[in-house]
Amino acid sequence: MIALYLTLFISLVLAVLFLVFFIQSVKGGQYDDAYSPSVRMLFDDDEPAPDEVTDTSEES
Amino acid sequence: MEKEKFFYDDKIVKMFAWATVVWGITAFTIGLMVAYLYWFPHYMDGISWLSYGRLRPLHTNSAIFAFVGNGIFAGVYYSTQRLLKTRMASDLLSRLHFWGWQFIILLAAITLPLGYTQAKEYAELEWPIDLLVAVVWVIFTVNLLWTIQKRRVRHIYVAIWFYISTAVTIAMLYIFNNLSLPVSLWKSYSIYAGVEDAVVQWWYGHNAVAFFLTTPILGLMYYFVPKAAQRPVYSYRLSIIHFWTLIFIYIWAGPHHLLYSPVPEWAQILGTIFSFTLIFPSWGGMINGLLTLRGAWDKVREDPILKMFVVAITSYGMSTFEGPMLSFKSLNAIAHFTDWIIAHVHVGTLGWNGFLIMGMLYWMIPRLYKTKIYSVKLINHHFWWGTIGLLLYVIPLYVAGWTQFLMWRQFNPDGSLKYPEFMDTVTAILPMHYLRAIGGTLYLTGALIMVYNLWKTVQGRKVEDTAAEAAPLQPVPAKRAKGEDFHNWLERRGMLFTILAFITVAIGGAVEILPTIFVDKNIPKIEAVKPYSPLELVGRDIYIREGCYVCHSQMIRPFRFEVERFGEYSKAGEYVYDHPFQWGSKRTGPDLMREGGRRPNLWHFSHMYEPSSVMPGSIMPNYQWIVRNDYDASDIQKKMKVLRKLGVPYSDEEIANAPKAVEEQAKAIAADLEANGVKKTAQYVEAYGGQEVDLSKKEVVALIAYLQRLGTDTTKKKETAQK
Repeated sequence: MIALYLTLFISLVLAVLFLVFFIQSVKGGQYDDAYSPSVRMLFDDDEPAPDEVTDTSEES
Repeated sequence: MEKEKFFYDDKIVKMFAWATVVWGITAFTIGLMVAYLYWFPHYMDGISWLSYGRLRPLHTNSAIFAFVGNGIFAGVYYSTQRLLKTRMASDLLSRLHFWGWQFIILLAAITLPLGYTQAKEYAELEWPIDLLVAVVWVIFTVNLLWTIQKRRVRHIYVAIWFYISTAVTIAMLYIFNNLSLPVSLWKSYSIYAGVEDAVVQWWYGHNAVAFFLTTPILGLMYYFVPKAAQRPVYSYRLSIIHFWTLIFIYIWAGPHHLLYSPVPEWAQILGTIFSFTLIFPSWGGMINGLLTLRGAWDKVREDPILKMFVVAITSYGMSTFEGPMLSFKSLNAIAHFTDWIIAHVHVGTLGWNGFLIMGMLYWMIPRLYKTKIYSVKLINHHFWWGTIGLLLYVIPLYVAGWTQFLMWRQFNPDGSLKYPEFMDTVTAILPMHYLRAIGGTLYLTGALIMVYNLWKTVQGRKVEDTAAEAAPLQPVPAKRAKGEDFHNWLERRGMLFTILAFITVAIGGAVEILPTIFVDKNIPKIEAVKPYSPLELVGRDIYIREGCYVCHSQMIRPFRFEVERFGEYSKAGEYVYDHPFQWGSKRTGPDLMREGGRRPNLWHFSHMYEPSSVMPGSIMPNYQWIVRNDYDASDIQKKMKVLRKLGVPYSDEEIANAPKAVEEQAKAIAADLEANGVKKTAQYVEAYGGQEVDLSKKEVVALIAYLQRLGTDTTKKKETAQK
């Protein structure tokens, strides 16, 4: 069952790789500014969007 | 820096949005047509292209690729341009993408009812359409990545990461699963056989759920929910974690579709572990979505769009709780092959995908047309019709699934099955299927209200593309700046990010694909198992054409109650010549793995023409055209040659004699039918109008040959051994 050992090996390599990624990113302080993009996207509209959904069915 | 003026391409968004509306109604309607067949099995009798086995693949494909697909593209084209402050990189590619995709849907809508199918779930489309899908998908991917390169905002918002992972992964999945050798323009055989085919198919099948029905929709959630609520996402940090963990784990979950099957045990366990682990990122994302509405619940009360989003995210939470649970062997044993799975996927599609996409349309279309929605009251109506419809759809099916499983496994004190007739377990749950059809009708009604509302909103309005301005990006050194944190740097490098995502996914894929390369080592060969005879092959292709696999499994699990009912459990070695595999995933009718030799030929003849004539109460539609039509065996030699290339050991002699072999076997079956008085049956008289016909030319004879062969190779061996 070569395939079995091969696949197990690859999955272990992958797991280790991601562990390294994770540790490195935490140490590098990657989550320090993980806030402003979420606010910025709210104001990226250039079109004059209607403020809220309003019922217009009765106006017409 | 000087600001640049530009226009967003709103036209392409509108095109995709309206396509979503049109195909949504279509997909729901076809679903209903199928659902009502449980109630009135014969209301479309005699129309081959509207039969259950051909319509059901059309329903799943149109719901996934036409409705959800166009919905995704509409949302992606709208949000990507705005998030990156740029028009899509190429208007030409956008249009090619749109028209190419609609052309694919049209081809699907023609070929599936005609019975041109690969008979693999959600991958039914034949090879020429597959090629087209691949080309159009690459066009989309290039357009997306190119746009990211031309962006005016350095940071790539989380939604776009989800889009990238979708674009890259689907391309790979689709190509691997659809690898097949063509026989003719509309007929091909999967290069994988039996267990391998099953592994690749469900690796694809589950990832179609993951990367077509989940990641892009999550991207839409991270854009449209904050927009509609006018609140930033609850935790941007959580969304980053959500993304990375989700794409890493999802690719491994496929084998949970194959529990208790002859797939190697370790692969099944691996599938279960990763499927269970999925609950963490999934629920992280679900909670992140719901908590985005923190402090805005008063808005939810008034804004029906937010209400739809809440139902969508809640449904996501429910189905991603259920999914991991169903991946445990003990629960999977109950749910697999029953209506529980149908209920589970419809929480996902009707609830999660449907409500999120339709909520998005309500939010987006008035903005695209620079107007207000025609009627908020009507959105509220839609919301309630849809929600009640959803509940009325899924709850009865849960009950149906549990009921049927409990009936399957009940034994009398003497050790015999309490319900030996499979039919009894079908009739018991029919009322639940009636309720389901009503639920579906309510859901469709809600969607029709949406069509009216959206139409009135945009009626007579012509608007230009939205203008915008932003400063261009200054070139940034590729190297990581001093003090810059790793993830920020990673986000700046759009292409690099793509490659990383691709590698992540490719490694996961290779792990599951590689075993297929080692066919001989993985699959224990059974000497008694021989390739199908030419006539049986003709019959098998009729079985594939009619989509028998959507209601009948060919996989007996190693449970006492299954072995008692259907015969010896399935072994990997029995499927080595099955291109494609036909295990199925749902038992509306009984398993057919060992159908061979169970019933006389005459029974099958009458049953094909009118199932209820030999099986009272049967809800299987009448397959009268199979009895009336002549089979086409003109390309049998070509088919055998293609299969030989794929490893089926047909000898030169067998191929040369194939036409003669077809004739001989057909004559023998026809003679047996006649000897048993087929001409006196009401079905024969009605089918041929009292005319004398050459039975050995009829499709039904080829199909009988196949059905009578099923599972007999190994049982025959046992009998000889006993002698």
